[in-house]
Amino acid sequence: MTRTIKVLVTKIGLDSHDRGAKIIARAYRDAGMEVVYTGLRQTPEQVMQAALEEDVDVVAISILSGAHSILVPRVVKLLRDEGLDDVLVLVGGVIPEDDIPELKEAGVKEVFGTGSNTDEIIAFTRQNVRRV
Amino acid sequence: MDIKELADGVIRGEKRSLARAITVVENNPGGTRELLGYIYPHTGGAYIIGVTGSPGVGKSTLVYSLARYYRSLGKKVGVLAVDPTSPFTGGAILGDRIRMSGGEIDQGLYIRSLASRGHLGGLSEAASDALALIDAAGYEIILLETVGTGQAEVEVMRFAHTVLVTLVPGLGDEIQAIKAGILEIGDVFVVNKADRDGVDKTVLEIEMMLDLAPLVSYRPRVIRTVASKDEGIEELVKEIERHKEHLIASDALNQKQMYMAEERVKDILIRRVSAYVLDRAGTDLDIAMQDIASRKKDPYTAAEEILKDWFEEA
Repeated sequence: MTRTIKVLVTKIGLDSHDRGAKIIARAYRDAGMEVVYTGLRQTPEQVMQAALEEDVDVVAISILSGAHSILVPRVVKLLRDEGLDDVLVLVGGVIPEDDIPELKEAGVKEVFGTGSNTDEIIAFTRQNVRRV
Repeated sequence: MDIKELADGVIRGEKRSLARAITVVENNPGGTRELLGYIYPHTGGAYIIGVTGSPGVGKSTLVYSLARYYRSLGKKVGVLAVDPTSPFTGGAILGDRIRMSGGEIDQGLYIRSLASRGHLGGLSEAASDALALIDAAGYEIILLETVGTGQAEVEVMRFAHTVLVTLVPGLGDEIQAIKAGILEIGDVFVVNKADRDGVDKTVLEIEMMLDLAPLVSYRPRVIRTVASKDEGIEELVKEIERHKEHLIASDALNQKQMYMAEERVKDILIRRVSAYVLDRAGTDLDIAMQDIASRKKDPYTAAEEILKDWFEEA
């Protein structure tokens, strides 16, 4: 069964800049993937619900507000609780180096900070997506 | 993946099974046939409302507003929203959810985005099967949102019981230009963003166009909405209800079901036969291609010759 990779690009928390999220969404699209973009200020519950209803392979979370240590593990836990444990979770945004290990510990596969290259993110996504 | 198990989950109304099943009908023809075989007897309970109109008229906002209204009446609501696939990369950005993510988690609401994947007509090839799955999962109202349409994407009328054609004020004379095509398929005309200037003129233009239409048993009405503020939604739902009652009273609902069934089975036949024909034509096709490109043969003669060989065999 060949299928197009489907990605949920989302912004959680209260920050209101989605330029990065839009650049990533566009890069995924240009790489031939189908991207569901949720828009700003999603709650972890909304992200889980969208991932479930859309049956995505990847959840790409953009967060700049600094609340990642609380919100991101909550998203991962909700996904796992719903049995969506084969979904690849990626995080992008402003994340201090020191916080990365605990996000990975929580189930995030990779964290892409500012200045990350979109080609690199797409290659990483293709290599690590588990369901296709 | 066990298709029978998945079908059972859909019939039990589980969102996750439904979501996975829709992925199957998007990607896996063999699985689709098996899946539809299981779930089809459980379909037929949903009332399908198509929402079409040009890009930017507010279809997604209108759909979400309608969805919440039907939820307030206690109906289970499914939303299927189609967005275009890039013809160059095969990728797509599905943005309809941006307008549909306001509320709290609602187990009685299911929203799914589909990419058109090169399918013309305003929907996607999988849309029909996806509708059947949402129907089988027990959703009573399904809102089917097309891609932003121009003048010719009328496919939604083949899948929806009631079609809403959505416009905005300020189109003016353009209504004249688009009165064929999508304006002919509307069962309800919605003038959204009705708090903008020019709304009276736009409503008048549509009313005049409807008055010029040949005399039929049902005259669609024009409803004003401001979907972003949930204004006019109650009137709109009443008008959808009026159309539904007309369909039932005039036996048109049965005729419509037959029409939908006919179109669907023809679609599948054509798809299967054309795949067979192209596959069988194989090298003949390559030769014909060369002859046509070099102007040795015209395309009709070349096609005729390919077919002739087969019929002589038989």
